Amino acid sequence: MSVLTLTIDEHPVSAKPDETLLDIAHQNDIDIPTLCHLDGLIDVGACRLCLVEIEGSPKLMPACTTRPQEGMVVRTNTDRLKKYRKMIIELLASEGNHQCAVCVVNNHCELQNLAYAVGLVYVRFPYLYPKKTLDATQESYIIDRDRCVLCTRCVRVCSEVEGAHVWDVAGRGISCEIVADMNQMWGDSDACTSCGKCVMVCPTGALIKKGANVAEMEKETDFLKYIVTARQKQEWVGEYLKEH
Amino acid sequence: MTVEELRAVAQREQLRKQNCKSRILTCQAAGCISCGSKETKDAIARGLKEQGLDKSTEVIGTGCMGLCGDGPLVIVEPEGTLYKQVDPLLGSRIVQEHLLNGNAITSHVIPPDDPFFASQQKIVLEHCGRISAERIEEYIAVGGYEALARVLTEYQPQQVVSEITKSGLRGRGGAGYPTGLKWGIVQKAVGDQKFVVCNADEGDPGAFMDRSVLEGDPHKILEGMAIAAYAVGSSQGYIYVRAEYPLAIERLRMAIKQAERFGLLGNRIFESKFNFRVDLRIGAGAFVCGEETALLKSIQGQRGTPRPRPPFPSESGLWGMPTLINNVETFANVPPIILRGSSWFASIGTPKSTGTKVFALAGKIKNTGLIEVPMGIPLRDIIFRIGGGTPEGTTFKAAQTGGPSGGCIPEEHLDLPVDYESLATVNSIMGSGGLIVMDSESRMVDVAKFFMEFSVDESCGKCIPCRVGTTHIHGLLEKISCGKATQEDLALLEELCVMVKETSLCGLGQSAPNPVLSTLRFFREEYTSVLKETERFIPSTSNEAATPHAS
Ligand SMILES: Cc1cc2nc3c(=O)[nH]c(=O)nc-3n(C[C@H](O)[C@H](O)[C@H](O)COP(=O)(O)O)c2cc1C
Ligand code: SF4
Ligand code: SF4
Ligand code: FES
Repeated sequence: MSVLTLTIDEHPVSAKPDETLLDIAHQNDIDIPTLCHLDGLIDVGACRLCLVEIEGSPKLMPACTTRPQEGMVVRTNTDRLKKYRKMIIELLASEGNHQCAVCVVNNHCELQNLAYAVGLVYVRFPYLYPKKTLDATQESYIIDRDRCVLCTRCVRVCSEVEGAHVWDVAGRGISCEIVADMNQMWGDSDACTSCGKCVMVCPTGALIKKGANVAEMEKETDFLKYIVTARQKQEWVGEYLKEH
Repeated sequence: MTVEELRAVAQREQLRKQNCKSRILTCQAAGCISCGSKETKDAIARGLKEQGLDKSTEVIGTGCMGLCGDGPLVIVEPEGTLYKQVDPLLGSRIVQEHLLNGNAITSHVIPPDDPFFASQQKIVLEHCGRISAERIEEYIAVGGYEALARVLTEYQPQQVVSEITKSGLRGRGGAGYPTGLKWGIVQKAVGDQKFVVCNADEGDPGAFMDRSVLEGDPHKILEGMAIAAYAVGSSQGYIYVRAEYPLAIERLRMAIKQAERFGLLGNRIFESKFNFRVDLRIGAGAFVCGEETALLKSIQGQRGTPRPRPPFPSESGLWGMPTLINNVETFANVPPIILRGSSWFASIGTPKSTGTKVFALAGKIKNTGLIEVPMGIPLRDIIFRIGGGTPEGTTFKAAQTGGPSGGCIPEEHLDLPVDYESLATVNSIMGSGGLIVMDSESRMVDVAKFFMEFSVDESCGKCIPCRVGTTHIHGLLEKISCGKATQEDLALLEELCVMVKETSLCGLGQSAPNPVLSTLRFFREEYTSVLKETERFIPSTSNEAATPHAS
């Protein structure tokens, strides 16, 4: 496979054609904020936090879904991008009911960390205070839609990795919601295997383990990388199968 | 079917028409139907029977004749007399006085030099309102499927692509992407299978151009798609049409069946090696499903949400295969280009925007309806010559093009030629062809709010800037409209509009702020005049508690 060279934030870097700009930036210790992206899941380019400027292109492009090209000049941290990232988090903060002080993932929350990272101290938009539901019918877990940022990580991990496809997005626009099994209560889902992968990948306190106290629950997303890599390399397949 | 057999069908049908003493065409498109054209048609048929003229005179229903505001419309052939506002009573009088006694009822005749028709040039709508959409023979009699025959017997696929490229045709779905270039990309793309998709989702409020073509001349779309399929190497087509268009769906179903029966769709068309099948896919009426990547997902049975491009559908479309997707009107231009040549087509319009464009005229304008004009025509001509200007006692204020993705164009820019580039210079877009005229009564903040409400409702919710941003833009417009906003709110509105435009995932979010930005540019005082004094800024503690920042 050919190797490309490009420039990210004035650093010359090398890349393979099938990597994304986000992969390449990470390899070179260039930090680009992300929310919908998670190593191991198929990228959807939805949160728009990872937008970067590409010289010669009038449009901002999501680093998580954009492939490198020879000679590309990429900027990841201009004033415009920083301003937009802050506004995206500001919009999210106004959209949901994010009461951090009473949340089990307080201090372990990706949304909270992003707000710190972009320097959000004040929200200029009116809070929408949507009426959302909480579903605690599942034996081990809870979904609290007040805290959902619609990143669809849960949808993707359940469908792509666990293969159960319990979660989907229902509705449109500002009334979008994550629903289980064509809008059933989670506890009634026949497809759910109670594996907990969705809970682990959820960036906020929207999907949580039962019984966790405020600020107690930490999420662990690294497991995903290992599962997906192992599958690709067929590490579970026995020696016999590999040979034949 | 062979080419000779096609010509024989055409001749037989032409002969049949000549043997009719008269033909009465009644518009049976949605506009006229809504003002009673079905009853008119029945009354005429009854009248003919009573007078014993039903053997020598044929009554047919056609697609849209254009001047919808004056419906029901009726044409008497061979004279070609066009009647307006034909209620059932007038229908029977036409039979009595025009057909039997030979005297046209002049009070209801629209003269052929009426400015509404005189400044138009019809390519897409050439058969609309002239033939019955329900009989393939009528389409064949006016030269239908002749272009497909020529392409299959005389052209290499590459020649078809270069003919379309030379014509300068650009996509009529909104963005104006060069059609020949797109066809060339799909032709060169590698895939086990390729698809041709016709985008008939037409979700702009007030737009009915595509529906009129589908209802009035469905075979033209099938023929255009078949030519495209031959050019790019596809054997399967889909037409994605919204469920709100039941008549268009019915006509398309009928047209596909007839074309299959005649061997004009299916295997070995015109005894060549070319096979092509077309299936309908019915959309559930989401505006965003008109966006090409969302549309393709919807055809695959998935939730209709856009995805980032590249890869473009021409490389990776339906089920990952190279897919050509064009708008209804784009396909409708294809058979005339093949028949009359690319240089003929390129001579119409402007050098960069060739051909014609269909517009749906609506709002505060005398003649509402469907028109087709050469590209480059000044907006003023469309509104004042063809449209007849605003109704008595009102004055023109602005013209809105491009629907929820477009902008408002004020009086001082009315001499702007209608083409893709010129409209962009005033923050508007050609869009699919909705044109709404507003008079001095319209409040521009409310106009912007109306379109923003549409975008809020139609946002798919996938990306944050569009999902949450449009909601807040709408809220800020509401606040301005009811006089509660300050200078800071206006500044925030502008900042948010630019942000949503630059960061949204698909065209819906990227263009949703346009109605606000264009009215702000041309009618800024309507925003500033209703602002109130700025309040002293006091950060409130309740805000802090609700930010994710607080712990
Ligand atoms: C929100 C949105 C809605 C759209 N709706 C339509 C539509 O109703 N009909 C259409 O032909 N194109 C629509 N488009 C444009 C299509 O994405 C696509 O560009 C077009 O079908 C390509 O055909 P063309 O090259 O013939 O114009 C829409 C785009 C967006 C972003
Ligand atoms: S529940 Fe969590 S993982 Fe699922 S969409 Fe909402 S925030 Fe994302
Ligand atoms: S811009 Fe709007 S419609 Fe388009 S993907 Fe984003 S949320 Fe959906
Ligand atoms: S991480 Fe790239 S768009 Fe969300």
